[in-house]
Amino acid sequence: MIGIPFDLQLLNLCAALLLLLAFAMLAQRRVVTLVNLLAMQGALLFVATLLLAWRTKEHHLYFSAALTLALKVIFLPWLLHRLIRRLKVYWDTEPLLNISGTMLVGLLVVVFAFGLAQPITALANTATRNSIGIAVAVILLSFITMITRRKAMSQVVGFLSMENGLFFGAMSATYGMPMIVEFGVALDVLVAVLVLGIFFFQIREQFDSLDLHNLESLRESRAGIAASPAAEDG
Amino acid sequence: MRPIEILTQALELLAAIAVAPLFLGWINQCRAWLQNRRAPSLWLPYRGIRKLFHKNAVIARGASPLFRIAPYVVFGTMVLAAAIIPSMGTRLPLTGAADAIALVGLLATARVFISLAAMDIGTAFGTLGARREMMVGFLAEPALLMVIFVASLISATTALPAITENLATQTLGLYPSLAFTGVAFTMVLLAENARIPIDNPATHLELTMIHEALLLEYSARHLALMEWAAALKLFNYACIGFALFIPWGVSTHESGPAGLLASIPLLGIKLAVAGFALAVIESVSAKLRVFRAPEFLAVAFLLAVLGVLVHLLLGA
Repeated sequence: MIGIPFDLQLLNLCAALLLLLAFAMLAQRRVVTLVNLLAMQGALLFVATLLLAWRTKEHHLYFSAALTLALKVIFLPWLLHRLIRRLKVYWDTEPLLNISGTMLVGLLVVVFAFGLAQPITALANTATRNSIGIAVAVILLSFITMITRRKAMSQVVGFLSMENGLFFGAMSATYGMPMIVEFGVALDVLVAVLVLGIFFFQIREQFDSLDLHNLESLRESRAGIAASPAAEDG
Repeated sequence: MRPIEILTQALELLAAIAVAPLFLGWINQCRAWLQNRRAPSLWLPYRGIRKLFHKNAVIARGASPLFRIAPYVVFGTMVLAAAIIPSMGTRLPLTGAADAIALVGLLATARVFISLAAMDIGTAFGTLGARREMMVGFLAEPALLMVIFVASLISATTALPAITENLATQTLGLYPSLAFTGVAFTMVLLAENARIPIDNPATHLELTMIHEALLLEYSARHLALMEWAAALKLFNYACIGFALFIPWGVSTHESGPAGLLASIPLLGIKLAVAGFALAVIESVSAKLRVFRAPEFLAVAFLLAVLGVLVHLLLGA
């Protein structure tokens, strides 16, 4: 710790808080709070990008910081809040695993992610290479968030948080992706959320709820089986 | 330097035994202020203890010797723990006897005895309280150990005075791992000392009580010792917190008698602030259902383990 410059200490703090927020998302059942946590994650990412840009004097990082602020802190949370209000989904159902259990699984995943990131960390030569493990952990934790939730809204939040983790990983491994790639990813995320927003309305129209378990049963084929008695033999 | 070591040790022990009820009284007073009640006297815990010492003890029929011994054992372990924790100075002759891990074991010994004594009589409430105490204890202990491990990893030692000295003398830095474990430690402190999210120290409401249920069969001097030990436990936990997270101001190897003198008012200030903070936490939070307690402590454990992992990865 002694001898690490102060801005790097702040970056480390940001990385640690990102990990904490990923766990908070894992534990949270209120969809509104989940979106707020996502906005906080975006804000931390914005601060981390700014710090890194200031430290490395890489100008394109300022642009990606601005992009992060506009998209992940302001626009997407606003959009999701609007969707929540219009769809009236405030609570997710009980997750598949209870919260303490999910947390313990999450801890194991973090250990796994740190081990996974070890060779990448050894190869990287950036000042922030130690944070790569945290980025991988955030990605995997977002996966768990998506796996253990049933409501489409929570899964989208998990998806966005995963994108945040990827962004942070790229930042700590190579000081960010090329500008054109970053723009492309940002556009993809934006379009994905817009399209998923439309999907939400369609899903609710069909099933009267946003529970994705309804999508697992193939109603038409079962209806087909019932209609044709010959299918029972085969 | 021998005399000053002995002086530090004696001063710390006496201060812990004498001030612990005052600390409890201060928390109660702050709580009363925050809740718009008229505050009880600061000296009320002392009066309670004195009153109890003047009464005749009543012991339930069928109580084994363990029931009589338990208060002395519990009080003794708490006093010994107070002797190990560097609250004023890090030069303590007794700390060679036990490091931080043994300190956790010492606290566990007290818990085992208090639970066994509660089950000894065989009343329903005693057994219920003992079970709940053990449940909280077995969840809180790993979290406490993890908290201590982070500080040990940073200082490369498990001896509490060495940890405190190392943290107090090194240059100031941002330690995310210590921030995480600080929160985890606060949660463990609340749970272990039967404070509000887990247990309400102010009521004898049967269905929710933990600590009070354990002491239900005790009276007179036994009860006085048990309550004094509970106050000491809270004081000890506060001092462990100071030793790990705000170690500045304790007298170290370099500082002479002046440093020791200066550390006394500083400890007072730390205690006053910590007591107020505890009162605020207790006033703004609601008591959790007993079944939610594992969740609360799982979060504490999670934060502590995250602290360890973050320290291992970032070196911070």
